Amino acid sequence: MADNEYTVGSKLERILKAGHFAVTGELGPPQSADGDVIRKKAQLLKGACDAVNITDNQTAIVRMSSIASAAILVQEGLEPIMQMTCRDRNRLAIQSDLLGAYALGIRNLLALTGDHQTFGNHPTAKNVFDMDSVQLIQMVTAMRDEKMFQCGDPIKGQEPRFFVGGAAAPFADPIDFRPYRLAKKVEAGVQFIQTQLIYDIEGFKKYMEKVRELGLHEKVYILAGVGPLKSPGMARYMRDNVPGLRVPDYIVDRMTAAGKPWAGKKKDEMTKEERKARSQAWRAEGIKICIELIQQLREIEGVAGVHIMAIEWEEAVRPIAEGAGLLPRPEV
Amino acid sequence: MIVAEQKPLEEIKELLGDAEKVLVLGCGTCVTVCFAGGAREAAIMASSLRMASKIDGVQRIINDMTVQRQCEWEYLDQVADEIRDADVVLSLGCGVGVQAIVERFPEAWVVPGLNTTFMGMPVEQGVWVERCAGCGDCILGLTGGICPIARCSKQLLNGPCGGSQDGKCEVDPSIDCAWQLIYDRLKSKGKLDLMLKIQPPKNWQKARHGGPRRIVREDIRLHLEEE
Repeated sequence: MADNEYTVGSKLERILKAGHFAVTGELGPPQSADGDVIRKKAQLLKGACDAVNITDNQTAIVRMSSIASAAILVQEGLEPIMQMTCRDRNRLAIQSDLLGAYALGIRNLLALTGDHQTFGNHPTAKNVFDMDSVQLIQMVTAMRDEKMFQCGDPIKGQEPRFFVGGAAAPFADPIDFRPYRLAKKVEAGVQFIQTQLIYDIEGFKKYMEKVRELGLHEKVYILAGVGPLKSPGMARYMRDNVPGLRVPDYIVDRMTAAGKPWAGKKKDEMTKEERKARSQAWRAEGIKICIELIQQLREIEGVAGVHIMAIEWEEAVRPIAEGAGLLPRPEV
Repeated sequence: MIVAEQKPLEEIKELLGDAEKVLVLGCGTCVTVCFAGGAREAAIMASSLRMASKIDGVQRIINDMTVQRQCEWEYLDQVADEIRDADVVLSLGCGVGVQAIVERFPEAWVVPGLNTTFMGMPVEQGVWVERCAGCGDCILGLTGGICPIARCSKQLLNGPCGGSQDGKCEVDPSIDCAWQLIYDRLKSKGKLDLMLKIQPPKNWQKARHGGPRRIVREDIRLHLEEE
């Protein structure tokens, strides 16, 4: 990262290379062909972050393609980070989509293996997994830097040039191997990393310690993943049921305490207004916790930014970024 | 071994249609060992079908026989008359067995009584697990003898993914995370460096993706001797 040359010159790359603490958001495409959904969500995120992840059939549910959604985002004047998974495409389809994505003005890519289709709405589908995320990173990098298709054929004419990102799950098992898996992605050519949601700051500090020991923080920009909780139920579910997530009890307790005025009341005993008030109290606390997490993450050496995942709650990104003192976003 | 399980009786009855003479043909090799289609299962299947025919009021003669291996013609030839005589042969062999009968006796109508499931082994009484995907390019030497193609839900070559928790795969808690097993084994053998090396994209051409496969061994083909 010592060189000042841009590989692509996307806004995200420029922000990170300038040493600014980056903010990325996330936008889930609709389960329909309505492009206005993207346009509306884009307005919620505009100016609140430097670039926006466009998920690729997230959780294996059919949605508008990430490439089309990202192209709409470009039209709206926002910078997309197009997610690309290996679940639904083989190496031919991935490369052809990358050529198209570049032609449509998309400049950032997040290379992922992808959620297994069992979790989605087409569990009987045949998956692909021709490649994995590490191989995908390697392929995209070689297309850009060596102007070469995966098969070794040269790309004659314009090569697709992407600022290449990957994911990291610091708390998934085997936990000791996680920094080394990140090292593999770095070796493959990854330039920025967005982590799984971090709630356990102490645990993440330990991970980052190992990352620094391996010198990885000097080779890749690490954006810590954060997300506002909507309810104590969501906090408990994430704590107890989602692999690779660690939610400390104090966070669950804080979310529970936020709903204290309505404690002991069952959902069907409450009026619509009461339910709404409780939900708002929970969400306000969720945003507050998220802001505090960002402030703590910012203090950790090697954390170059945050990736705010407000799933189906894009409105939350601006108050979170604002509350964390990250607005206005720098012009680069 | 090849591991299979029996189809539901209702589906088998459907497959038999209005056949009057049915031969239930067991196989004495893999499916005998996994208790799906050996001599014992063929006999039980035949009597179940006899009972079902009685209940359904269908006139049907059901015989059962078992050959050593349905996947070799020389064994099938031993029951050639019975196969030809039946309206339907209900094979309790694996998918290879069904097709071997069809190829040897084109005049016969053969239906499967089993769902052939995987290449694997028993790990306890009554539990079989998949161990090999027959990908045609064995990488067990790189993974400590644990196959990520057969045993990782995403067939990762550079695993584990983020869905590994407490040694289990997020796809199903009954699935051990193959990459956790690989990690533990390589670590115990002091060979973790194998996992640090990036494995390139796999040549799937050697797996089923290059089309149906065939192995030709010129050194043992008969025509060479004849020349």
